[in-house]
Amino acid sequence: MTGSQPVLTMTGISRSFPGVRALDTVDLRLFAGEVHALMGENGAGKSTLIKVLTGVYGVDSGTVTLDGAQVSFTGPMQATSAGVSTVYQEVNLCTNLSVAENIFIGREPRRLGAVRWGEMRRRARALLARLDLDIDVNAQLGSFSLAVQQLVAIARAIDIEARVLVLDEPTSSLDAGEVAQLFRVMRQLRDEGIAILFVTHFLDQVYAVADRITVLRNGRLVGEYATRELPQLSLVEKMIGKELRVLERLDGQPRAEVAATAGVPLLDARELGRRSAVAPFSLTIHEGEVVGLAGLLGSGRTEVARLLFGADRADHGELRVRGTPTALRSPVTAIDRGVGFCSENRRAEGIVPELSVRENMILALQAARGWLRPIPRRRQDELVERYVQALSIRPADPDVPVANLSGGNQQKVLLARWLITEPRLLILDEPTRGIDIGAKTEIQRLVAQLSDGGMAVLFISAELEEVLRLSHKIAVLRDREMVAQLTNDSSVDADRIMRVIAAGATFEGVPS
Amino acid sequence: MKRMRDHLPSRRIIAVLAAALLATGTAACGNSDTGDGGGKDDGKITLGFSQVGAESGWRTANTTSIKESAAAAGVDLKFDDAQQKQENQIKAIRNFIQQKVDVIAFSPVVESGWDTVLKEAKDAKIPVILTDRSVDSADKSLYKTFLGSDFVKEGRLAGEWLVEQKKGATGPVNIVELQGTTGSAPANDRKKGFAEAIAANPNLKIIASQSGDFTRAGGKQVMEQFLKANPKIDVLFAHNDDMGLGALEAITAAGKVPGKDITIITVDAVKDGMQALADGRFNFIAECSPLLGPQLMDLAKKVHNGEEVPARIETQETTFTQEQAKAALPERKY
Amino acid sequence: MNSDRSGARALTGHRLFWPVVVLVVLLAANTIYRPGFLSVQLRDGHLYGSVVDIVRLSAPLILVALGMTLVIATGGIDLSVGSICAISGAIACLYISRQPDQNSLGGVLTALALALGVALVLGAWNGVLVAVIGIQPIIATLILMVAGRGLAQLVTEGQILTINSEPYKAIGVGHLLTLPLAIVIALAVALLIAAVTRRTALGLIVESVGGNARASRLAGIRSARITFLVYVISAACAAVAGFMMTANVSSADGNAAGLWVELDAILAVVIGGTSLAGGRFSLGGTILGALLIQTLTTTVYAMNISPQTSLLFKAVVVIAVCLVQAPGFRARFVRRRAPAVAAVTAGEQPKEQVPA
Repeated sequence: MTGSQPVLTMTGISRSFPGVRALDTVDLRLFAGEVHALMGENGAGKSTLIKVLTGVYGVDSGTVTLDGAQVSFTGPMQATSAGVSTVYQEVNLCTNLSVAENIFIGREPRRLGAVRWGEMRRRARALLARLDLDIDVNAQLGSFSLAVQQLVAIARAIDIEARVLVLDEPTSSLDAGEVAQLFRVMRQLRDEGIAILFVTHFLDQVYAVADRITVLRNGRLVGEYATRELPQLSLVEKMIGKELRVLERLDGQPRAEVAATAGVPLLDARELGRRSAVAPFSLTIHEGEVVGLAGLLGSGRTEVARLLFGADRADHGELRVRGTPTALRSPVTAIDRGVGFCSENRRAEGIVPELSVRENMILALQAARGWLRPIPRRRQDELVERYVQALSIRPADPDVPVANLSGGNQQKVLLARWLITEPRLLILDEPTRGIDIGAKTEIQRLVAQLSDGGMAVLFISAELEEVLRLSHKIAVLRDREMVAQLTNDSSVDADRIMRVIAAGATFEGVPS
Repeated sequence: MKRMRDHLPSRRIIAVLAAALLATGTAACGNSDTGDGGGKDDGKITLGFSQVGAESGWRTANTTSIKESAAAAGVDLKFDDAQQKQENQIKAIRNFIQQKVDVIAFSPVVESGWDTVLKEAKDAKIPVILTDRSVDSADKSLYKTFLGSDFVKEGRLAGEWLVEQKKGATGPVNIVELQGTTGSAPANDRKKGFAEAIAANPNLKIIASQSGDFTRAGGKQVMEQFLKANPKIDVLFAHNDDMGLGALEAITAAGKVPGKDITIITVDAVKDGMQALADGRFNFIAECSPLLGPQLMDLAKKVHNGEEVPARIETQETTFTQEQAKAALPERKY
Repeated sequence: MNSDRSGARALTGHRLFWPVVVLVVLLAANTIYRPGFLSVQLRDGHLYGSVVDIVRLSAPLILVALGMTLVIATGGIDLSVGSICAISGAIACLYISRQPDQNSLGGVLTALALALGVALVLGAWNGVLVAVIGIQPIIATLILMVAGRGLAQLVTEGQILTINSEPYKAIGVGHLLTLPLAIVIALAVALLIAAVTRRTALGLIVESVGGNARASRLAGIRSARITFLVYVISAACAAVAGFMMTANVSSADGNAAGLWVELDAILAVVIGGTSLAGGRFSLGGTILGALLIQTLTTTVYAMNISPQTSLLFKAVVVIAVCLVQAPGFRARFVRRRAPAVAAVTAGEQPKEQVPA
């Protein structure tokens, strides 16, 4: 395989943005019929490299050759027609159009200018069959799960005689079954001779599907490796650039009943619920306690968080904050009571992209003070400086627009936004999703520290390992219902939680 | 990409909604002058009238005259204010047709684009009278008559007075012109009549001509630039009093004396204009009388009874010098 | 060399670079047509010249556009400003005309306070419709745009209301320390708004609401209050502009005062680099935009471009400004000229993710 000519070669690619050298003489080779993982922390240059490859960005120096001929794409459309197709992390399709329309939008089969709808549907069905997907191509794309939407995006990409398929974080929103389905499709496409460039943060997935790995760090090439010759720990070290044992260290301490669970709870939800969002549930959170929410995607984890923050209004039950019944009409009330909330939807509900890192960080505190009492500039500098340092946010320039930061750094900015308000309870909804292993570990360690310092944390994650590692108590959700609450002692492990999720309330008994 | 989706359609919405709402807003106001009932058999004739708007004192006097004489003549008047929009006016005329009024009269906002709706009126056998402004339809059978001032004549009267005043002039006489709204009949015709008249003396030369939109602010703003661009201006010809009144301020600010350093000729003779003329700041006004209500009611009755009327009827008008203005001012109604 | 080039790129990439270029070109064209165009003399102790005229005449537009900037920054739009100009001007003139002594300063001040008060109520009306009831801004303000014109004509009874009041006239044509008072007022309001938005956190919060309304709500911003506030500010600015417009000709014309000024104001805001989608705003950019629009109008008069072609001339210039400002257009243009230099900057990353 490696003996033949690569189908695509990128040589000596450099690209700078104002203030940032995003890529510095990076090489990449892709062979036909391989799955090639592109690895690196957030900000390592993966996204930039992909955008250079697909013509979204030009290069300062370096060459791209496709089948031995030098190419210079001026945009994704041109790259696509040359056989380089990309499926982005956040699916860029129109959810209000049908599946078939999405696959063929912009290049509908036509006769005499009129769209041949029948032909289009027939071809769409054939394409999806190739991906083992049997769905109604006339249905609105939005009516399907994210995973199906992802596969439709891939169908659209491979229909264009793709030689190279770039998958940018395709699995970050998928559950295990959906990931398996995606991998089946990837292997099949690989066997058909397509070169697949696979960008992900999940190490296990790399070892499950990739043949070779290219590692980037800080915009530079670290190396290219065959997957079976690179142990997982070495890969992590190459990505981070230092020996990191934090994972194991945190692993060593199951965090059982450390926190003081006696006394009046900080937050006490009694039969709190909201129609068509989540069934009434009861949950207490004490000071210094980390409560994990486990459950599959769509099981109601986010809905619980939104009720506790007042982002949605409860229509059932009661909420007490330090024993006082409190109606949360809007987030303002919750914030006033010392609650902070990092949404899982970083782009739509978290950052204000145009505003600077500084402005994003102070936003919640400023909102709480009201517009008439601006935070003095010196105080802003102090706060921002402290959290840029403490969370090692990069680039460390507080005046760049937050949109220019990588996903992990944006997440840290959001964390900082809430930490600055010094909340008593911080609700973190998927704070580590789609960010690299280094940043992930940092955030986990931070959660542990905050809880040690007396802050309560509601920690939501699809990764059970992470929930287990951090939580004192774990609430399990299934089909929009809280089915169990487990104290995280030595008897609790991923396996047991999986069984609760699978079996539901009958397994552990309903909490009072 | 999302951005574009967010704001692009909204611009289209502005245009559509603005048009729609303006139209409905107008229709709502339109009926307030009279009760309902169109073409009722109570002996009274029903006249649907669509006014241009209320853009000037002249127009308001015109509206008042029509309303008062309708009441005096026992005509049931349905009045509509088009707020200077042709689409409103077309809509109003269609409403009149639907309500089966006996006679339709209107002052067209612009000259062109009336054939379709006038044809609809003709098909509905409702006679149409144009007032104050004409239309450029080739088919003269689409309306019964045009009652209004002769704008060409007004321009000509203004020009002839100037030729008479400057007949002894040896050197060139520099004239600047403040036109009305570009494309409107009074602007086109007054310009034409004035130009024809001053052609008699080759010394009289129009050195600059711009639109001041018939408003005081427009006249002032344009005159300011005329004064800066042209060191020697002898005469100002403004297509209405309001622009002339605006220009007065610009002339004073430039350190010149209106009526002396610069001869000012205007058209209309509204009260503020007559006052300026009597005060010696204007030099000459060609009247354009808005008081055509009685004539209009008379005509409406005639066409309703099927009598033949001339295709063109002029309103009774005159001209004013400074002395005549002083004499006429106390009785001026508008 | 390299730093020179990147410096030049930073300059041409600045969002106000092209509007400034167009403004300079217009002024240069005028100067070539008439060499005295740029000259400013002292006449009767006042500055006198075409450039002074441009700034003075653009003062009302600047005021309206400043208020509009804040509204647009929240992601809204205010179509009612033209009508509010007409109403406030009409009320002020009506009150003054009923005074026994039109030159009494007290009477004029009362008139201004009265008219400003009415404008604030109208702004609050807009604010309630948008922020409390949740009607789309374009629809909510359209109501007042249409109804307000009628209201203004009701106040003036369809007449042009002429007044003879020196103190009121001064707002439009008076002078302070050789400078036209209108310029001084516009400048003062601009500084006031700059202070209110940048010295408090109002600017940040407005930009946050416009940049991402959902995220702002979750960060605890009471966006309804802020939205309400910007419509009130916009109405206040429009009222002051209305005073200037009517004072300029010492008469209130319910029909013509402020007609279509909302469109010019929106254009000024957009030329100034504030996105119609909301978010970051630039007060300086808006002022530049307003000056550019007035320069265009004055150029038509000064160069005696025939009225029939002047609209086309304006349209061509405006389209040119908007095109050269559009990142997409510039990117294509620059890339064609120098393929090695990619014109897409880091700041535009989010918009570049188009479907493959």
